[in-house]
Amino acid sequence: MAKQVPDTRNVGKDAMKANGTVNRAALPAIFNPEDLLALEQALRLKDRHEGSQVTVVTMGPVRAANILRDALFRGADKGVLITDKKFAGSDTLATSYVLSRALQKLAPFDIILCGRQAIDGDTAQVGPQVAEKLKIPQITYVEEILAVSKQKITARRRMGNGMETLQGKLPLLLTVHGAAPACRTRNARRLMKYKHACTPSEMSHQREDYIRMHEHRHYLDLTEWNVNDLQAEEAYLGLYGSPTKVNAVTNIVFTARESKVLAPTDEAINALMAELVEHHTVG
Amino acid sequence: MNNVFIYCETEAGRPAEVSLEILTKGRHLAHQIKAKLEVIVLGHKLKGIEDELFAYGADIVHLGDHKHLAPYLTLPHAAVVAGIFAREKPRIGLFGATAIGRDLAPRVSSRLNCGLTADCTELVIGDHYDKKQKKTYQDLLLQRRPAFGGNIIATIVTPDTLPQLATVREGVMKKEKCTRVKKGKVVNIKVDDFVDREALAVSIIERHIEKKEVNLKNANIIVAGGYGMGSKEDFNLLYELAEVLGGDVGASRAAVDAGFEIHDRQIGQTGLTVRPKLYIACGISGQIQHTAGMDKSAMVIAINNDPHAPINKLADYVITGDVARVIPKMIKYYKEHTK
Repeated sequence: MAKQVPDTRNVGKDAMKANGTVNRAALPAIFNPEDLLALEQALRLKDRHEGSQVTVVTMGPVRAANILRDALFRGADKGVLITDKKFAGSDTLATSYVLSRALQKLAPFDIILCGRQAIDGDTAQVGPQVAEKLKIPQITYVEEILAVSKQKITARRRMGNGMETLQGKLPLLLTVHGAAPACRTRNARRLMKYKHACTPSEMSHQREDYIRMHEHRHYLDLTEWNVNDLQAEEAYLGLYGSPTKVNAVTNIVFTARESKVLAPTDEAINALMAELVEHHTVG
Repeated sequence: MNNVFIYCETEAGRPAEVSLEILTKGRHLAHQIKAKLEVIVLGHKLKGIEDELFAYGADIVHLGDHKHLAPYLTLPHAAVVAGIFAREKPRIGLFGATAIGRDLAPRVSSRLNCGLTADCTELVIGDHYDKKQKKTYQDLLLQRRPAFGGNIIATIVTPDTLPQLATVREGVMKKEKCTRVKKGKVVNIKVDDFVDREALAVSIIERHIEKKEVNLKNANIIVAGGYGMGSKEDFNLLYELAEVLGGDVGASRAAVDAGFEIHDRQIGQTGLTVRPKLYIACGISGQIQHTAGMDKSAMVIAINNDPHAPINKLADYVITGDVARVIPKMIKYYKEHTK
């Protein structure tokens, strides 16, 4: 499971509109960093276990198919886009419901991987919420998968105060921590092979000859599912199906304190230190 | 029914700091909505733990003492907490936004199909007006949290489902014992009623607990470095100043990402929240990412080459200059003038 996110780490001056709302257009859409680390773990499992297949599932607008292509370039076998206007406004619980429906449709699976959290929300909720909906165990904050057998997986995870090695029964969901190894780069051959991969909605905007090219190359087909494909109940979707609502959003504005500006001279610094000592701020 | 519930984490058989912080907050919230404060504490060999929870205002302590509950594992704890919530129907349920709380709370929310807000930095009781329904909800839990990489603060509410669940950031709420402690009630949880074999699908093979060497949260003085420090070696200067002043060293995310410092010392949105008496920010530009974790410091001194660095706006003293030249002067003065 992966998410396309606005790159909140590089928020520039134009990231906020004049009215105080976030200017999403000014932020590049990227593959959520920890989801890329999860992809790497999945690809390593595929390298180690012949015959295994890596499918990447994402929920979002049609342009989120970009991260599916990216995943194919790096070694994934299949991409699934879950998209529908009815998903708009979903909170983590509604999102986990939709993702769990998609995963049930993709079953059987042995291991589900995703990043610990996405950089636009930082909630770390969707992974465990999906695991609960699928009634499978979870291991969160994984740094390394140590072993996988037919029934069991052993993984090392980072807790707040140290490391733990856990063993769990398959199928199971793992969330991958930011300290896990980086994802392999895009493979040039795969890039050539899959650069025209697209979803049916993307295809509908293409010219006829392009569509004809696709007819003979089914490996270029990205799967696309909507509410009906997932037989999802509308009561659990989107804004309506989300128990949490936004009450207010405020921009962070620095509350300016009265600051004294000092020159980096001996006198100024000595005077400052003297004041700190006198007021017992230090010492 | 309708009470405020806290999930209490334990460390070596005692309540974790963060849980006592949340208990303090929960006590005030419960008082405001005229509800009781109840605590769920799960582990093994927890004898006597309830007294400390009463000291922080717990009216009822649900105590689960069982070998399957320690060390922490997701499924047994989720089974007990969700089971108790389903039975007791709380109005509010709070967890620490820790490795454990962030693993457990979403599982519980998904099982009970109720809303959960992550990493809250402020919780208040207030009203919510729903524009579409033209309806006002009274006395909801207003859950404030930084979002979008810390660039906005969102206030989230859970109007229609109970309990209203939230995880609360460590070190943000103040812990405070009750002035008058009264002994509450202990309810012993029948753990076997909740934890079945399936809940034991994951087991711990090995645990390596690192002693928390970094204890920035309790430091009175923090000398923090940013990307502007330039290198890992340049941080030595910060350690020198911190040692002289009896403080500790912190870092911004940019400095940690660049490999100048370890993640345990990261202050800000994705690191620690600190509130020292004195915060000396060196070579830190002051992205919201960072300031979110230190803007409650009693006094801030910013040392930076850039006279327009955002950090200067919240600093009490701004020294525009080279860190490598300013800090030795501070050390020199301090060494000469104090004993």
